[in-house]
Amino acid sequence: MPNQATVDWTAGKKTVADLGEIRKEYSEVREFVASPDGERIAVVVRKDDDVVGVCVNGQVWEQDLEKAWHLAFGPDNRLTALVRVDDEWTVAVDGELWEERYEFVWNTKFSADGSRIAAQMKQDMRYGVSVNGQAWETLYASCRDYALSGDGESVAALVQVEDLPEADIFKFLEGTWSVAVNEQPWERKYLNVYAPCFDETGKRVAVEVRTDATQYTVAEDDEPWETKYTCVWEPSFRPGHRGIVVPVRVSGAWTLAEGGKPLWKNRFMQLWRQRFSPDGKRIAAVVAPSYGRWTIAVDDVAWDQTFGDMVLAPLFSPDGKHVAATVKQENRWGVAVDGRAWSETFDMVWEPVFSPEGDVVLAKVERDGRYRLVANDRLWKPTFELLWDPVVSPDGKHVLVRGVVDEKYFRQVVSLGEIMG
Amino acid sequence: MSDPTDMMIADAGIDEGIKKLTPERIEQTIRHVLDNESAARMKVYLETCVHCGLCAEACHTYNSRDRDPDYAPVAKVKNTLWEMVKRKGKVDGPFLKNAARIAFTECGACRRCSMYCPFGIDIAYQIMTVRRICSLLGLVPQYLQDTTNSHAVTSNQMWVQPDDWIDTLMWQEEEAMSELSGARIPLDKEGADVFYSVIAPEPKILAQLIGNMAVIMKAANIDWTMPSADGWDNSNMAMYSGDFEVMGRVERAHWERAAQLRVKRIVMGECGHAYRGAVYDGPKWLAWKQPPIPMVHAVEFYYELIKSGKLVIKRKIEEPVTVQDPCNIVRGRGLHDKLRYVIKALCEDFRDMEPRHEHNYCCAAGGGVINCGPPWKLSRMKSIRCKADQLAATKASLIITPCHNCHSGIEDIIGHYKLGMHVKFINELLVKAIDLES
Amino acid sequence: MESYWIPFVWLAFVGLLGGTAFKIVQMGRLASREKTVFPTLDAKHGARSVLHWLLPFGTRNMRLRPFFTVVSFAFHACLLITPLFVMGHAVLWQQSWGISWWSLPAPVADFMSLVVVAGGLFFILRRIAAPQVRNVTTWSDYAIVLLVIAPFVTGFVAHQGWLPSKHAIALHIASGIAWLLAIPFTRLAHMFWFVFSRAYMGSEFGAVRNARDW
Repeated sequence: MPNQATVDWTAGKKTVADLGEIRKEYSEVREFVASPDGERIAVVVRKDDDVVGVCVNGQVWEQDLEKAWHLAFGPDNRLTALVRVDDEWTVAVDGELWEERYEFVWNTKFSADGSRIAAQMKQDMRYGVSVNGQAWETLYASCRDYALSGDGESVAALVQVEDLPEADIFKFLEGTWSVAVNEQPWERKYLNVYAPCFDETGKRVAVEVRTDATQYTVAEDDEPWETKYTCVWEPSFRPGHRGIVVPVRVSGAWTLAEGGKPLWKNRFMQLWRQRFSPDGKRIAAVVAPSYGRWTIAVDDVAWDQTFGDMVLAPLFSPDGKHVAATVKQENRWGVAVDGRAWSETFDMVWEPVFSPEGDVVLAKVERDGRYRLVANDRLWKPTFELLWDPVVSPDGKHVLVRGVVDEKYFRQVVSLGEIMG
Repeated sequence: MSDPTDMMIADAGIDEGIKKLTPERIEQTIRHVLDNESAARMKVYLETCVHCGLCAEACHTYNSRDRDPDYAPVAKVKNTLWEMVKRKGKVDGPFLKNAARIAFTECGACRRCSMYCPFGIDIAYQIMTVRRICSLLGLVPQYLQDTTNSHAVTSNQMWVQPDDWIDTLMWQEEEAMSELSGARIPLDKEGADVFYSVIAPEPKILAQLIGNMAVIMKAANIDWTMPSADGWDNSNMAMYSGDFEVMGRVERAHWERAAQLRVKRIVMGECGHAYRGAVYDGPKWLAWKQPPIPMVHAVEFYYELIKSGKLVIKRKIEEPVTVQDPCNIVRGRGLHDKLRYVIKALCEDFRDMEPRHEHNYCCAAGGGVINCGPPWKLSRMKSIRCKADQLAATKASLIITPCHNCHSGIEDIIGHYKLGMHVKFINELLVKAIDLES
Repeated sequence: MESYWIPFVWLAFVGLLGGTAFKIVQMGRLASREKTVFPTLDAKHGARSVLHWLLPFGTRNMRLRPFFTVVSFAFHACLLITPLFVMGHAVLWQQSWGISWWSLPAPVADFMSLVVVAGGLFFILRRIAAPQVRNVTTWSDYAIVLLVIAPFVTGFVAHQGWLPSKHAIALHIASGIAWLLAIPFTRLAHMFWFVFSRAYMGSEFGAVRNARDW
């Protein structure tokens, strides 16, 4: 989510770069990425046989790079790339390379304001996390993933704290994994740890843990719940509440639990991707009420309309009154809002967004090889060769459109009314 | 009776596990699985089987071991599940060691016997239920359990570290570029038509297969991607060890990665069990009746590329060739005709196997059997003499195996029975046969 | 038939139909608990599989063992057809419910009864002679075959008049009742489970996996 304050909401269209020119200039041009404010478009290009560069609005960074990948703009519109120079990897931020170099670096994440940038790193076959170019001093035998707190001050990483000899299934059962919060490992060891998350304050950490071969639960700050389950999925902190909410499997069926106690009464064949209204009072999750049927349940009540293929994570409107989700049925993608699917279906739908008032749902979609915007089930006429997710202005009146037509990348601030037709 | 030398094989995964069990835990676990995790199908199968033995000759282990009656599918169920049911879970350590050996190493869950049972009893499902019980009791062969542990930790099958995966893709991209200018392995490309997924042995030991695919994708001009993060491995040995929770987690990661990248479909490399895990067993446990995103096996994908003219075959293979029909894409997907279309397009001298198509014999490596590791290799070879005879009868010199388990299993058979043949994936032949200039 | 048999015959039919209905309802409940069973069943592919397996030589396994196939089909066909159409039973149908239908000529019915008996004896011999069958055989497997052929042996004996008619008929009726009552509660239940188990496998193979199961 971009910081909307950084966006210039003056109405109008501005052509930023001619992608055709870039494609003409370089023998190889990779995938384009647009900045959240729409002002910049970046791409990895091949400058020479063994040299690549990062091209931003047609200008290539000075630094010659052996490799560059994973271009990602932070919420503050700074551009990061994972780059290799002299056989060593590091993170480049707007063309400046972190001083530290690593054997490998990947999985960039940003704090909410973009000021802090983290990535997983490997050095001397040991693994850890680096934040703003400062790697942990304590490194581990492995690290599978991590969470960055909202303020970017804390990192919770899934780390292997014990070496595991080849095929040692007995030591594995004793627990070889734990969580390192800002380098420091928790005391307990687990068979597995998954899906770390921070609360709003960035002080508490919850993870999914496997305490023995057939028992799973949630650990909060290294304290596993007493209640164990045959399986659980990603836990999350409920905003404004103390509780951790997690999908749990009980007697072969799924439900939601909070703090080790059942939260929902209904049982589903599947349940995951729980999401909260901003005040934390309402919960929506993806559920399968019966075999092969998928929908969203809001506060333990499943929508009547179900879908055969897939339903993606629900999204609450900012006022918490409405819920939208991407749905798929008979290999056509669509959007459902408050239990009703739009009549239009698409070859693909990207993550929908709500207007601040919650009355409009907008999404980028693909149909017949072209990208378009759709708002409340109405397709906006213009079609694009490339398009990024729409951004709605804080007052809900405008939409920032970032797209490519005739190889020209432009940013355009359009009134929401115009898109709604 | 079962081969006494096989009955003596030591496997720490089973032997040490038994030491930790109590009669109460054994009984509770068996009753839990029989009462709570199985219902109508199991009951019907148990009540319907009339002990006719017509399934015996369906099984490669029975046919290969001089028709020893203990290797008939029905006998494997009798010596495991029937006894557990009859004794209401009150079984002991030696019984369980025997049951684990039968369930994990003498049945590959290939389902051929269901095509010979007049009632269509799903004997493989019954054996899988025994494996489930063994898994909950902690009695899984060591190497298979280690693979499951790898899945639990890394989502992939071979403890591949996240950086090794990405690094291997970048290396194979360079290799592909040197073969064909402009070949790439686009990482995490949102909205691509094809998400290509592989099994972990590819980055670990057969990386050139990924490079080959990059060449094929470029030659056919496919808009494709591979994920840089977990969910790239489509294989699933937890499905075979009986750890269905880990199985579900692995499959979920695969499908959710594809959904996150907003791809139109998944194409998977040449592997059979991975197809089964990704398309049937995994989705079923997760409540999907069919895969949430269309999934295409490599054989079907090659068929599509050749048939549509996107790939043009320039040089055909001349040596005599035969093909192993992998259970999970032939009995499991009916791809035998498409497979032969591809092979005939690639090879001058194709010599089919007998029996073939849905009736082909398993390679004895699938179903997690080869993953039980070195202690069980000789036993596995004894169980598959019929395949050696079947291969020799074709008089081919090259065996095409569009499945990783078949590939390794048949290599073992060639070595053990000194057949003097060699094995290739279609991918390896295709990259040499296609026209890279047009 | 002596009238004191009538309640027993009723009992047999009620037991057979009631028992079968009970088993099917019970299994239906269990199947819905399993959640994936009903959604997987597919009429077209289920029927396709059942038909192949009802057709003599319709499957590879049947073609691989022609003698067994002929014996098995003859046994099962005679087993089902003879009791329904034998003259003695047709008379009873007529007397009890006023239903009249075609009946088998006596020599044909005799022959068919002998086919059932011979088939049963073949199955018993096969259980003894074939190691893969003997290995999974229990006393109950022999008992079931004997139970199944008993009404045919006694019926044949009664018809031939080798025993005093009253005794022979009593034995015939008693064995027939036992046979009917056993169907829902023993492995003879394969008579109706066959359709379900085969249809399920046919659905999995056909509709889910795009392959044939015969």
